[in-house]
Formats: sequence, structure tokens, C-alpha cells
Amino acid sequence: MPEVKVENVTKKFGKGKIVAVDNVSLHVKDKEYFSLLGPSGCGKTTLLRLIAGLIQPDEGNIYIDGKLVNNVPPEDRGVGFVFQTYALFPHMDVWGNVTYGPRVKAWDTQQSNKIGREMLEMVRLFERSKAFPQELSGGMMQRVAVARALSAGSKLLLLDEPLGALDAKIRLELRYDIQKLVKDLELTAIHVTHDQSEAMAISDRIAVMRKGRVLQVGTPQELYMNPQEIFVANFVGEANFLEGYVVSVNENESVLELRGKLRVKVLDKNKSLGEKVVLAIRPEALELEKGHKKVENAMLGRIERLRFEGTNIRYEIRLENEDLVVVTRPTLVGEWFNVNEKVTVSFSPDKSFVFMYPSKGLREELMAE
Amino acid sequence: MSVVKADLGRISLSRLGLFKFLDRISSKPATRYLTYSVAVIFFFALILIPPILGILFKLNQVGQVFGNPLLQSRALAAVSASFEIALFVSLIDVVAGLPLAWFIARSKSKWLNFLDTLVDIPFILPTVALGYSLLLFWSQPGGVSSLFGASLISPGWLLVILLHFVFSFPIIVRVMVGALLDYHIVYEEASRTLGAPALTADRTVTLSILKPSLVSSFILAFARSISETGATLMVAGAFENGPVFISNALTEKLGEGPLVFVSFILIAVSFIIFAVITALGPRLKLPTKKVWPSFERRLSGSNIAVSRNTVMLVIFFLIVLLPSLFVALPAVYAVSNGTLSQALSRTGIWQGYWQSLLLSYFVGALVMLINTLIGLPMAVLIARRRAGALPSTALDVLVNIPLIVPSIALGVSMKFFWSNFAFIPEIVILIFAHISITYPYFVRAMASAIERIGMDLEEASRILGARPFTLFRTIILPLTKYSLFAGALLVFTRSVDETGATSAVVSTLKTAPILIVDWVNPRGTPTATASQIGLGIGFLVILSFAVLLVMRLVVRGKERKY
Repeated sequence: MPEVKVENVTKKFGKGKIVAVDNVSLHVKDKEYFSLLGPSGCGKTTLLRLIAGLIQPDEGNIYIDGKLVNNVPPEDRGVGFVFQTYALFPHMDVWGNVTYGPRVKAWDTQQSNKIGREMLEMVRLFERSKAFPQELSGGMMQRVAVARALSAGSKLLLLDEPLGALDAKIRLELRYDIQKLVKDLELTAIHVTHDQSEAMAISDRIAVMRKGRVLQVGTPQELYMNPQEIFVANFVGEANFLEGYVVSVNENESVLELRGKLRVKVLDKNKSLGEKVVLAIRPEALELEKGHKKVENAMLGRIERLRFEGTNIRYEIRLENEDLVVVTRPTLVGEWFNVNEKVTVSFSPDKSFVFMYPSKGLREELMAE
Repeated sequence: MSVVKADLGRISLSRLGLFKFLDRISSKPATRYLTYSVAVIFFFALILIPPILGILFKLNQVGQVFGNPLLQSRALAAVSASFEIALFVSLIDVVAGLPLAWFIARSKSKWLNFLDTLVDIPFILPTVALGYSLLLFWSQPGGVSSLFGASLISPGWLLVILLHFVFSFPIIVRVMVGALLDYHIVYEEASRTLGAPALTADRTVTLSILKPSLVSSFILAFARSISETGATLMVAGAFENGPVFISNALTEKLGEGPLVFVSFILIAVSFIIFAVITALGPRLKLPTKKVWPSFERRLSGSNIAVSRNTVMLVIFFLIVLLPSLFVALPAVYAVSNGTLSQALSRTGIWQGYWQSLLLSYFVGALVMLINTLIGLPMAVLIARRRAGALPSTALDVLVNIPLIVPSIALGVSMKFFWSNFAFIPEIVILIFAHISITYPYFVRAMASAIERIGMDLEEASRILGARPFTLFRTIILPLTKYSLFAGALLVFTRSVDETGATSAVVSTLKTAPILIVDWVNPRGTPTATASQIGLGIGFLVILSFAVLLVMRLVVRGKERKY
């Protein structure tokens, strides 16, 4: 059964000057839908190509089904690969593309035809068998690419930004289609994407990558509820980041002093007294009330800007200490606030994260590339 | 400081009002029509129609051949030899050139740039240089023959095949390296992930996608083999192909009949072959359906690949490169045995040589200038379909004709046509012939360069206020100047190198390559020594390289100003 192990893999380009994948270790379990998530240039596609055997690692080992595959060519790794541009062969029709895998493996013609038909019916494109790739819509091409990748009998599906070239609406539909297919056929899938909502919606587990390294691996809930790094907190979901110092540490909680001597309570008690820290709170975790109220962790401010986003309203609030925080509220729940209105922003201590202040500065830490 | 000066230079040009004037008139529809009409009229009146009419006027002379069975069978044998050799050589070019192109495009060794440059050498050298070099190497004492006692390969059909292979082989390699570098390797990767061994992926996917490049490189190699005259004459011995027959018919004064007969068949059959390949090329199915996984897997192994590359490199060095460069030996010897001082003092045969060289460069430069000026509007017309879809496509096909028609046959036809106008001096007919033969090189290079520029850039420029002339000056020209340079250079080198049409249209004038063929005197004893011929070729090559270098520097200079 296909499980993939990546052990201390490093890949460099440009005579070793560019480290695309930096000492990465991962374990993708059998039948798992696993995503590699990160900004462009973080090394996620390189890692996927290493697993497929399209490029070779400089260091480290890759195992598929427990077998070391470092020196196994791509055609013998038993993987299905869906390319970002689909790479449908332009000189073959849909049928030619989908039956290419069985054909180059010299499977029995009857068997190839049966598989071709099954695969095309599965993606609801059998009636377009005679069409050439350039005659298909983006969504259809994507489905043919998936059918082709699976036609060679692979149980391990590698998807490189498979939805990246599609319209937003079709992207939403197809991501669930692919996930359902993978689950129905009991496949293992590794899906590369830079879209965190896509990764969150379909993955069993996600590895967040940045600058060639894996920062954190976890279920979507774990990454959202318990990010281990500032970058993860920002990339998976959204967060307000406020700089401050630890001014007291008790048995159950700590007190932080933010800019303007604003003091707030947090549950984290692993930081030492006097340490410079970054407090992260998600916009949807912040409470918002009209006027200036005396509640726990109250931060007073004034609404500077309001953006209507459809499902949510997004308020940008200038606090009295000059920090800017973003608060989102469901459009159809509760009352709306107006620009310039005085408000109280507050949060529950258990819904915040505290990180060590990054050595290279907060701005650098938040940068995607 | 220099930047300021350059700007001042530009401002003063604008102040002169030249650009403003051109800009103003360029947006008038009448100017546009006039420019394009002149280009089209020039093409039909000077390039396309004269050779067609020339040969048609003389078709009644063909009877002379039909009345002489011996002459007829000799002519037919020569024509069929032309096509057999061209077909055979082009096929061998593909078989030998593809693996080398693959090796150059895919390997990552730093030596590849060097190899890449070496491949171009037989392409850059004038064909008469190649012809004489091969003759020395394979057939004459002092070459590889001396290792075997007698002449290893005597002048004849085998040496003609070797020569044609040497000069057409780089075409296939050059075109296919370019195609492979432009090719999206993701298709090959997709094929590999679906289970295809490397060779199967190359055969069923890459080669199929690159089929148009393969077909066009085949046509180019074929056309070059059909057309070449001077060098073939040197190595042909008693063997005759079409161009050699025409050349011999001219010297043997066999009359117009055989010339018309062979030229007509060469032109007609070349045209038909070109039309058939163009029409059927896209429909040509490469054998991609069948696969033999275990066999192809074995052939994809790294040991086999290394052996294949080694064999191919050995062939390249021993059959192509070494014989091509062999002419350097007598040229170097000429420096020490006093031939160089004779040449520089312009005594004996050298007086005529320098005049011929001057004539060659004068004609080359003039033809380059005329074709650049008149070919530019035609390139725009074709690339941007300015004449409407159908007429533009027709023009696109028609401009290729001089490329595929054997140049000596074209020369014969032009001579027939222009000899009706007795007042036109020979040098003008020579220039007309060279314009005809080199015109497609420039138009093709420019048209494909202009096609590569997205229409959005032109539209953005126009929306920002640029008139047609400014658009051309500030967008099209800077983005295509390397193709313009390459096209112009091809025109120049092809003109300086030309022997086929030249030998047909001139009777008193001698260009440098024609003079060198005379020196070698293939049908008798050479009229010059090996040192003299080697040195004569050496000057031709060195001066051609010098012109190339100067033009490169000029283009670079312009680039810095931008």
C-alpha cells in the first residue's frame, strides 16, 4: 500500500546556490490526502518532483511503500502525476491520452480499453473521447489529466497545483471531486497548493513549507488552532500580530504589555519574564462592542475602515496605542459598526497565541517569499 | 556623461524633424498602402515572375533534348541523381543529427557550448571551402588518403554524398536543438510518470510534438542539397547531378535545350516535393502507436546512451568536422612558402582574385541592403496578416519558392528572362539573381520574429499614443533587431557564398567562389597550386568572419544605447 517517506532530503539548484528543498523529512500515510502548502518558491513543487523521480535529491532518501526509490526512474515508481499545466499530449485525443499509460506498459488491448473507458466515465468525459485537448475547457482538461494519471493503475497520486489554472467557481467544485475520487478509490494523494483554503478543505494533513523547509505538519484543525510558528499562524488563516513584552508569569497565565502600556492576559506561560514576544489573535476571534467597555483584555479604538466582503464584514480598527487590528464579523449576525465609531476590541485569553519575537524581525518573518 | 550625449543625439535627430515627419506620414493610409504595395510589386516583378517567364519562354527549346537520346538519358540521370542524393542525405542527416541535437539540448556539460559552436562551422564556411577541403582530405595526397597509399575516395558520387552530408547536417542539428530548447519538457515528464521508458517517451511524445520542426529542417536540408553547385562540381569528377549537368552544359556549350530541360524539371519537381511535404507533413503519422516496453527500456539504459553519443561524436568529428577544416593546412603552409607575399603584392593570379573578392563583397553588401529595406514591409505583411488572411498565407508560401528551387536552375531561368533586355549590364543581372536567392532568408527570419511579438505590445504602444512609425521604431525594431541582424547576415553570407545562380548568369564577371572553382578546375588540371587555393579560401573565410564580427559589434553598440 502506498505510503511515502521522505528522509532528510535536500535539493539544490544553480550550482548549489539555491536550496530549493532543505533537509526535509515527511511521512505520508497510506490512503491519506496530504497537502504541501506554501507560498510560491517555497520548494513544494520541487519536493513533489523529487517524490515522482523527475529530479534526484542531492542528499537524503525517498521511500515509496517502504522501498528506497532514489535511483528508480519515474516510469518505475508507480505514481500518477497531475501537472499544473495538465501536460495533455497535444497530438493525441482524449482517448489517446488516457490510454497512453496502459499502452506504454504494453498491457493487453482489451484491458487498456476497459481502463480507458472506466477512467473517462469516472470523470464524466467518455463522450469527449475523440476531442483533442485544445478543444476542451480548463475544467475538462483537468479531469482528463486526473483520469490519465490514474489509468496506469497507480495508487499514489501526485497533484501539482492541479486547480491553479481554473476559474474560482470551478476550482471550488473540482477540489471536492478530486478528494472524493481519491477517497473512493482508496488512493494516497499528495497535493501541492499555495491556496490555504483549498488545502484546509480537502486534506487529512498538511505540511506548511517556507524557503525549502517544512515548518509544521498537522491536520487542518491543528494548524489553525495551534500554529507553532508565526508564519504558519499567518499563512493558515489570518492573524493580527501585536508586539509586546512579558511582564508577569503566573501558574496559569501570563500578562503581556503591548504598545502604549496596554496590558493583556494570555494562557501561555512558557515565556520568561521580560521576554519580547508577538501576540497573535485571529480576526474572527476578536470581540467587538460599541463604545468603550470595561471587559477582560479590552483594547479601545476607533473604526478606521470598513470592507464589505459578502459573507463577512471586515473592520480595520486603530487602537489607542496606534496599533492596527482587523476584526471580521459575519454579515448577517449581530449589528454593524460605522467608520469613526468608538469601539472596544477584546479577546478571550485561550483564543490567542504567543510567539517568541523572531530574530530577524516580525516583518521578515511574515514575508511570504 | 555619455548617456547625456546619446540623449542629446537623439533629441537633435527629433529636432531635425525626420522622425516627426516619418511619424506623421506613417499614420496616413496612403503611406501604408504605398509601402506594402512597393514591397509586393518588388517581390513579384523582380523575384518571382522573371524566372517563371524566363523558363516558360524557352520551353520550345526542349525539343533539342528529345531529339538526342544520349543527351536525354544523360540529363535525366543527372536530375534523378540530384533528387536521390538530396533525399538520401536528408534522411541520413535526420538519423545522425537528431541524437546530436538531443545530446546538445539535454546534456548539462559546460563543454556543450563549445560543441554547439563546432556544429555551426560547416554551416558558416563557404561551400567552396568545404568542397575543396573534402577533396583534399579524402582524395588527394597529403590528406587522409596518404595513410592508405592511393586516393581513399575518388571524386564521384560518394564524395558528393559526403560533401552534402557535411553542409546539410548542421541545419538539422541547429533547427532541432532550437526546437528541443523551446519544447515544454513537461510532456516528456508526464509520459515518464505514466510508465514510459526514456526512449518511448522521446519517440511517442517529444518527437511527435516536434514533428513540424523535423519536417521543416528536412525541407531545408533537402533544398540545400538540391541547390548546391560550386563545391559539388569540385568533388563530382565524372559524376553529374542536376546542377553539375547544367554547369557542364554551359561550359560544353550544349545549347539552351538541355539547360531548359534540366532546369524546368529541377524547378518543377522541387516545387512538387515541397508542396507535397508541406501538405502532407502535418498529416504524416510518426510510428507512435506501437511500443516495445522491454526492448525500449533496454535501449534507454545509460550504457546504450553513452555508446550512442560516443559513436555520434566520433562520426561528427571524423566525417564532418575534420574534413571541413582540412583546408586550413594548405592555407597555413601558404604563409611560409611565399604564397602569402605573392598574394599581398597582387602578382600573377592574385590580381584577378582581389577583384573577384571585392565584387563578391560589393554584391553581398548591396543585396543585403536592398533585401533588408524591401523585405521588412513584406515580413510585417506576412507576420501581421495585413493583406488579409488568404493573400497573406499565399505570400507566406510564395516567398519560400527561391529557397526550394535549385539556385543554378533559378539562375538559368533568370538569365533567359533578363537577356531579353540587352541594355541591362551583367552585374545588374548578377545582383538581381542574388536578391532572388537570398530574399527568403531575410523575410522568413523577420516574419517569425515579428510573429513572436504579442499583439498586445503593439496595441499598448498605439493606445499610449505611438503612430505606426514610432511603434515600429520603439517596439518592433528593438525587439527584433537580433533577427534582423541574423537575417541580414544570412543574406550577406549566402550571397558571398553563392555559386549556382552566379555561374548561370555571368559570362565575364567572376565572384570569388566562382574563381576558386575555376582554380580547382574540376574537369582538368588545377590552374593554381594547393597553397594558392587554400590561401584564397582562407582570405574568403577570414574576411567573412571579420564582417560578421563588425556587424555583431554594431548591433551590440546599439543595444547599449537602449
